[in-house]
Parts: sequence; C-alpha cells; structure tokens
Amino acid sequence: MKLSEIITILEADLLNGHDKLDMEIVAGFGSDLMSDVLNRATDGVLLLTGLTNVQVIRSAVISATTAVVFVRGKQPCDDIIEQARKHGLPIMVTPFTMFTASGKLYEGGLRGIENRSAAKH
Amino acid sequence: MAELEKTYTVKPRDFIRAGEVSIQIQSLLKSMGVTPDIVRRASVCAYESEMNIVMYGGEGTFTLRVDQDMIMIRACDDGPGIDDIELAFQEGYSTATPEYREIGFGAGMGLPNIKKNSDEIQVESHKGEGTCLVIYIKIN
Repeated sequence: MKLSEIITILEADLLNGHDKLDMEIVAGFGSDLMSDVLNRATDGVLLLTGLTNVQVIRSAVISATTAVVFVRGKQPCDDIIEQARKHGLPIMVTPFTMFTASGKLYEGGLRGIENRSAAKH
Repeated sequence: MAELEKTYTVKPRDFIRAGEVSIQIQSLLKSMGVTPDIVRRASVCAYESEMNIVMYGGEGTFTLRVDQDMIMIRACDDGPGIDDIELAFQEGYSTATPEYREIGFGAGMGLPNIKKNSDEIQVESHKGEGTCLVIYIKIN
C-alpha cells in the first residue's frame, strides 16, 4: 500500500514526507513500547503510536521503520517534526485512535508484520 | 572492511539527546558498507545500551570498533551498577520510574533485546562503581 493511500484512509495530516507519497508500505505495527518497535518494526513497516516524544523518531530511525503515524490527533512539537525532517522520515497525525486506525488500514488491505511476505504485492 | 575505532560520550538523564550517539553509529556503519541487517542489529544494541546509560547510569563512554569480521560496542558508565545481572536479563524485569515508562521505555526489554540482536555479550557491573557492557556482532 502506498503512503498516499494510508494518508487517505487515516484522514491524516502529513507533517513530513511530502516527497515520499509513492513510498510502499508492506505492513503495519502499533506500539507505545519502544523496545517492541526496535525489535519488530523494520524496513517497509508503518508504525502507529500514541507517543509523541523524540525517542519515537529515534527508535523509528534505528529500526529503519518506514513511516510513523501519531494516533488520536496527538500533535508532535516542532522539534519532533524537525528531527523527522532531518532523517527523512515521513510522519503524520490521524484523528483516529490506535484501534480504529489499525482497523481501517486492515480493512484497506494492509496487514501486520506477521505476514509481511503476504502483504508484499 | 576498514578497521575503525571511535569513542563517544553519553550524558546521564539527557533525554533530549538520548539516542544521538547510536544514530551516529548507524550512519557510520552504513557508510562503511555494512549490510542493512547487521547495521540494524548493531544500531538496536547501541540504542538500547545508550538509553540504559541515560536512564540508569552515570557518565557514559561508548566505544565502537569495527574490524574485518566483527563489530564491537563497549558501553560503560560510572553509575550505581546492576544489583542482580541475571535478573536484569529477564524479559519484563525493570527498575524504571513511571517517567521512563511514559516515554516508551522501562518495560524490561533493554538487555534482552541487546542479547537477542548480538552474537555475544559480556556484562561487568560493580555496585557503586558502574557497569560495562561489551557487545559483539559478527559481520559475516
């Protein structure tokens, strides 16, 4: 699924990554626990999280996560957006909660990291 | 692959910069042509150790050494030391404050994650003197 489709499904406000709308997302992962992100999220994965601190950006960069969604309308501060820009990481804010956002993406065809290979199409 | 040794400093309780050293290490390994999977494993190990120093340690020193077939990361601090090393490696065991949990850490997964992503790990810790973690990741 392309990043642009994710933005549409989640009615999201894209804060960084306007040059990466065609980027391919192969799986989704939701967590507020950074050790889980470090361990499970990776290249091609979209991370949904309720946290908006700078460690989310650094955990995403370290784990090579492809893009980040901040759920339930939580707006990250300018420093976070600047960090995302610095690392070329697409970030967006969705008004939906983690559960609803995940459900909408699943309904749209995106799958979890368990079936990453199956999600590659 | 070129041999390299580099040292970095990590400040305790500096949450604004926490993780920057690991990102520098990640960029350096990438620029050296290390494969993405190895870069990822080494970066995760570095980042979890860096967060451990920031959250629990004292003044920290990070050393990265890369040679032909091995990446070594030595993360040392002069903090309070680890009471029970075996317990600290148990998934879910944590002495984190609510403040650390609020930023997404302190779930007792740091050391287990380092163990999982490395080929060998050595820990030396003395109460009141500090902790040294040495992590090895094979390149080939």
